[in-house]
Amino acid sequence: MTRTDPLDVPRPHAQLHFGVFFQGVNHWTIWSAPESGSQIDPASFRKVAQTAERGLFDAFFLGEGLRLREVDGKIHDLDVAGRPDALTQLAALAAVTRRIGLVSTSNSTFNEPADLARRLSGLDLLSEGRAGWNVVTTDNAWTGANFRRGGYLDHADRYRRAEEFLTVARALWDGWADGAVAGAQTASAWAAPGAVRQVRHRGPQFDVDLAPTLPRSAQGHPVIFQAGDSGEGRDFAARNADVIFSAHGNDFDDALAFADDIRTRLRAVGRPDDDLRILPGTEIIIGATEEEAREKKRWIRLQQVTPATALGIATLLWGIDLSDRDADGPLPAEDPVVAENDGSFGARRVADPRAVVAEWRAKAEAHGWSLRETVIALGPQRGHVGTPAGLADKFAHFVRHGALDGFNVTPYLIPDGLDDIVDLLVPELQERGVYRTEYTGTTLRDHLGLREPLTHRSAAERRQAG
Amino acid sequence: MSRPALHLAVELDGDGAHPAAWRRAAHAPDQLLTPRRVAQVAAVAENAGFTLITLDDGVLPPGTAPNPVGRMGAVERAAFVAASTSSIGVAPVVPLTYAEPFHVSSQLASLDHVSAGRAGWVVSEEEQPEAARAWGRPLVDGADARARESRDGLEVARALWDSWEDDAVIRSVATSRYLDRERLHYIDFTGETYAVKGPAIVPRPPQGQVVVLGRPDRVPAAQLDVGLVGGPDLTSVTAAAAAAGTARVFAEVEVALDTPDATAAARVADLERHAPWPDRGRLRHIGSAGQLVALLGELSRHVDGVRLHPLVLDEDLAVLSRLVLPALSERRLVARPLPGTSLRTTLGLARPANRFAAVSLPEDAR
Ligand SMILES: Cc1cc2nc3c(=O)[nH]c(=O)nc-3n(C[C@H](O)[C@H](O)[C@H](O)COP(=O)(O)O)c2cc1C
Repeated sequence: MTRTDPLDVPRPHAQLHFGVFFQGVNHWTIWSAPESGSQIDPASFRKVAQTAERGLFDAFFLGEGLRLREVDGKIHDLDVAGRPDALTQLAALAAVTRRIGLVSTSNSTFNEPADLARRLSGLDLLSEGRAGWNVVTTDNAWTGANFRRGGYLDHADRYRRAEEFLTVARALWDGWADGAVAGAQTASAWAAPGAVRQVRHRGPQFDVDLAPTLPRSAQGHPVIFQAGDSGEGRDFAARNADVIFSAHGNDFDDALAFADDIRTRLRAVGRPDDDLRILPGTEIIIGATEEEAREKKRWIRLQQVTPATALGIATLLWGIDLSDRDADGPLPAEDPVVAENDGSFGARRVADPRAVVAEWRAKAEAHGWSLRETVIALGPQRGHVGTPAGLADKFAHFVRHGALDGFNVTPYLIPDGLDDIVDLLVPELQERGVYRTEYTGTTLRDHLGLREPLTHRSAAERRQAG
Repeated sequence: MSRPALHLAVELDGDGAHPAAWRRAAHAPDQLLTPRRVAQVAAVAENAGFTLITLDDGVLPPGTAPNPVGRMGAVERAAFVAASTSSIGVAPVVPLTYAEPFHVSSQLASLDHVSAGRAGWVVSEEEQPEAARAWGRPLVDGADARARESRDGLEVARALWDSWEDDAVIRSVATSRYLDRERLHYIDFTGETYAVKGPAIVPRPPQGQVVVLGRPDRVPAAQLDVGLVGGPDLTSVTAAAAAAGTARVFAEVEVALDTPDATAAARVADLERHAPWPDRGRLRHIGSAGQLVALLGELSRHVDGVRLHPLVLDEDLAVLSRLVLPALSERRLVARPLPGTSLRTTLGLARPANRFAAVSLPEDAR
């Protein structure tokens, strides 16, 4: 990191891409502050999307969860929850935005391809080529209790279904020949005879036979996002995705290792290694000075990790109910219990809780931290904190060294949490030449600088790996 | 007391009710599936003073097999329209024959949120066997089985809308609880073919329950807010309306109107050269605007509203908005919906109590 020549980097012209992740469920979105707006009011969505568009973001992004979170069989009541159906909400946003991409997280396990592919194409057409689909699979059968089939699909099958789902979706999206629809009312038919291909697919997961309902959009078809982290998930992304929504964006070395891993996987499947954009989720906290930024972070963490939330996180780590303890007191004296799976779907369990608790104890003792302070200091670390100039330098370094292509930013406040990023950070990035100064294209695929959809590449193009 | 004003709904799918309507459209076929077009017809309907837009749908493309016509999903179009209008109700057609009721419920609740309480839902059925092949699901065979799927799916959707009480979000800073889990409810629905756990992932719709429209001969009347009744003539429509048993009744009326350029009969004849106008057993008015006004006046004595199916949107919608709605408005037969008013309120329907809140009596009252 001693290089000073800005061109002495692997990707001197790389551009940073921003998405905004309007989180539907999580304790990271502060709801308790007076300036916090509604999580469901359409005005909040409009405000965030339009602010992001003003900041020339690539995409507005919605997550999905198909069952309310529970801890120990009870609905989790501490976090923001209750969100709209992503595609419905995004279709509404298509009417009040002009350029920004609209990305829907939609499950491949609890949907059927004919239906979902058509909804996504509808959004793509209504937005004139701005739709994206974050393909998620759900790693629990518990969600299935809300669907006709009931809990189903084990871990091994979910990516197989996702892949076959995508195969069918792409066949549907590519089912209409370009220019299939007549350009005048005097034509002999609405769509040219034979221009719409019947899609017949028979596989282990799907047996379908249908005529697709829609032509290709301005960007061909929706941009494919992927957000799983397992080896299978990464391979799925390497074979199929245009963008990875990763969790590797805090630490440079970790981000670079992830990006290199993805590039290796891309080459292995015959794709150029710059064929995919990596956008880790992140939180960005900005202050006029480093000191101010740190203070702001402290305030934010205290809002996010309330005493009850701290106890909830500790409960998950210890594997015993700690909800009646004092979060501002010392760490619980008990040893953690290593449970397999108790049906809690509020957070991910830690692989080796004994080791983590030992580390927490040591650090808490050394610093004199309470349980809550320990959770804040040692719990999941997220995001970047600093001045606009400092952050811009750091992000320019990340992107020019190929550690990532941008961030999917999670505002900690709805609906105004993006304002300082757009007003203060974006201009600094622009000054450094790592961020666009205007939209140069109209589609999400344009914004991301992506090639043609995979199905529309020639065999030669696909072979010519980077 | 006189009946409340007649409510006018208009079906806006594609280029109109006739399969060949696109040949008389004011735009080329390749302009149909564009946001501009979707917003424009909705704006015309809103400006004309209609109470409600409906948007037809199904998994199969409209048009006859070798000659498909494109169609975007009705829920997506409805959400888009909701965001580009301010007072008109928006009701997508969503069949429950193969769809997941959990998704359908979330989509419609979300539509109600994005429209600030202007959402409706026309419950329909996927009748063709090809729909099962498209969905990749076993055929739901026969009218009874389809009616069962509609009934169960509707029950699930309605229960999910109630699964969040109106005040489930408490934002209690003192206890750091965002939700009151006592005001969230598992629906634990068990039907003949599936079960659904709940609660919903979307908070209760602003209207409490989205306004549900459907055919009372296909869906239990108690599950409908608005019965859509057909019949080839006034007598049968009147009889069906009297028998509907729903809070509100709308008559289905197909219309082809005289335009400055051509008579209704000539316009229909022109399109009939290309394809027949399928007979769906609905009242059909082919003639002048004045005659339609008279017919609607007559209908207003028997029904609460009329859903119009214009032959060709670009032609008939113009006549409806220039001649028909103003004439009805002059006679105080229709009233345009007011901005900021929910569809339920416009229709004079009460906001339903929450089934779960109703049974959760305070401890000491038990
Ligand atoms: C940053 C990130 C965001 C995610 N967002 C969602 C989401 O909104 N909804 C969802 O169902 N899954 C979401 N997932 C979960 C993944 O899609 C995937 O199902 C899960 O990580 C398990 O897959 P894996 O075993 O490959 O990691 C997200 C994952 C990551 C890394």
